[in-house]
Amino acid sequence: MSETSDLKAKLGLDVFKPASEPHIRIRQGMEKDPRLKPALRVCPAGLYSENEKGEIVLTIDGCLECGTCRFVCGTETLDWNCPPGGTGVQYRFG
Amino acid sequence: MDKFDVIIVGAGLAGLGAAYTLAGSGLEVLVLERGDYPGAKNMTGGRLYLNPVRSLFPDLLENAPLERFITHEGISIMAKDRSVTLHYSGNELRDKPHHSYSILRSKFDRWLSERVEEKGVAVLSKIRVDDVIKNNGKIVGVLAGADELRADIVLACDGVLSLVSEKAGLHAPEEPGNFALGIKEVIALDSGVINERFNLEGDEGAARLFVGEVTQGKFGGGFLYTNRESVSLGIVVDIKDAAADSPPGEVPSLLDAFKKRPEIAPLISGGSTVEYSAHIVPEGGFKAMGNLYGNGILVAGDAAGLALNIGFTVRGMEFALASGHFAAQTVMNARAAGNFDAPTLSIYRRLLEDSFVLKDLKNFQETHAVVGNPRFFNHYPELIGAIMKDIYSVPAGPKERLYPTIRKNLTLGELWTLFMDMKGIMKI
Repeated sequence: MSETSDLKAKLGLDVFKPASEPHIRIRQGMEKDPRLKPALRVCPAGLYSENEKGEIVLTIDGCLECGTCRFVCGTETLDWNCPPGGTGVQYRFG
Repeated sequence: MDKFDVIIVGAGLAGLGAAYTLAGSGLEVLVLERGDYPGAKNMTGGRLYLNPVRSLFPDLLENAPLERFITHEGISIMAKDRSVTLHYSGNELRDKPHHSYSILRSKFDRWLSERVEEKGVAVLSKIRVDDVIKNNGKIVGVLAGADELRADIVLACDGVLSLVSEKAGLHAPEEPGNFALGIKEVIALDSGVINERFNLEGDEGAARLFVGEVTQGKFGGGFLYTNRESVSLGIVVDIKDAAADSPPGEVPSLLDAFKKRPEIAPLISGGSTVEYSAHIVPEGGFKAMGNLYGNGILVAGDAAGLALNIGFTVRGMEFALASGHFAAQTVMNARAAGNFDAPTLSIYRRLLEDSFVLKDLKNFQETHAVVGNPRFFNHYPELIGAIMKDIYSVPAGPKERLYPTIRKNLTLGELWTLFMDMKGIMKI
């Protein structure tokens, strides 16, 4: 899908410092929870997708730490943290 | 275990505003920032209005690395196939001191942090605060990894997602309807090209807001601010609306569609995007504010929900700077009293109430409900566009008289709805 590749290209412009572990995780057993579905629509980095089993999958690379998924999905489905100090997105313009 | 007088969590405008005010007070202040450097995690649309905060930070902001002073305002009502724009400019916007500036936060916050450090305050970057330390219902410090950092008082200046105020039990419930998602591209363009395209001289700047089709009927809008050598272009959309049933990937694609609009495309043509950013914005105003203080803690800026969007002006950063300043005053007051409990710290709320911060938030507290009217984002833009189209059209045959042309669109039912919606607007 070309829109996805556009988004990938945009995220490629940002500076990210890698962390050893993902700072947001879908809680175990919650992968099919309907409360995760809105993340497919709203994540500005397009990091949420649905696999053939109907599970929501999160790829953390490119996370802008905006907080939208925490608000729309809630912390019962997501274990939501900021990445460790000095890691994650580092804006040069902001 | 280290003990400080004040720990400030977050080197944004609230935290740095507080630190700047506290510098030189003799208090030992520590600022903790989780980014690589102050500003690394911060973004804005954006524009900073200086008038409300100039006197709180004398001689500071005049030398700040701000972008352009805004002399050209524009608001566009976007229908699917057309748009209507109102432009405003005036000598009062060109006169000094300039009332508002476009701003890029990574640059600005880094600079402000340097000024704070010059005054002797320690700013430690790359430190994530994980929790608060409580003792007998009072906040007595923070946990950062294995480090226990203690202080007489903690200032939660950690932004809209404020973990510190949440752990302290002061954060407002995360009601999606009170928050919006802002998405932005910084598009690099030569300053001369910007001046030509936006009709600007020297360091003059333009600010444009867009409402209607840009969010495809959802509560929100688009924005464009000219910086010195770039344009900040983005959209803001209500989270509750955005999360409602729509195709996957819809929200990020709104910005792409916005960039392709004929009103926008020529303005950014030839420019190259240099950064893509996104963040939650507090939009609920006074009614959605969290608690401002507790035992041993004050909350400032976005962490307290201090932001105000009234359609023509979208503000937050000056509330952050000012609330940081008043939090610092409260700290000095509490220090003199030798007490950091909630009743002593309640003076913070009074200081905010006596200032523009809570006066503005209170005065405009109905705005969020009124401007949330879905007709503003779809129906009215189409209606206004249709009226303009009919007024301006010259058909092959005879042209209809003006009044019947307008009345064709403005039926009695339409006028009644309009009247009722205008009654709502009178609350603002």
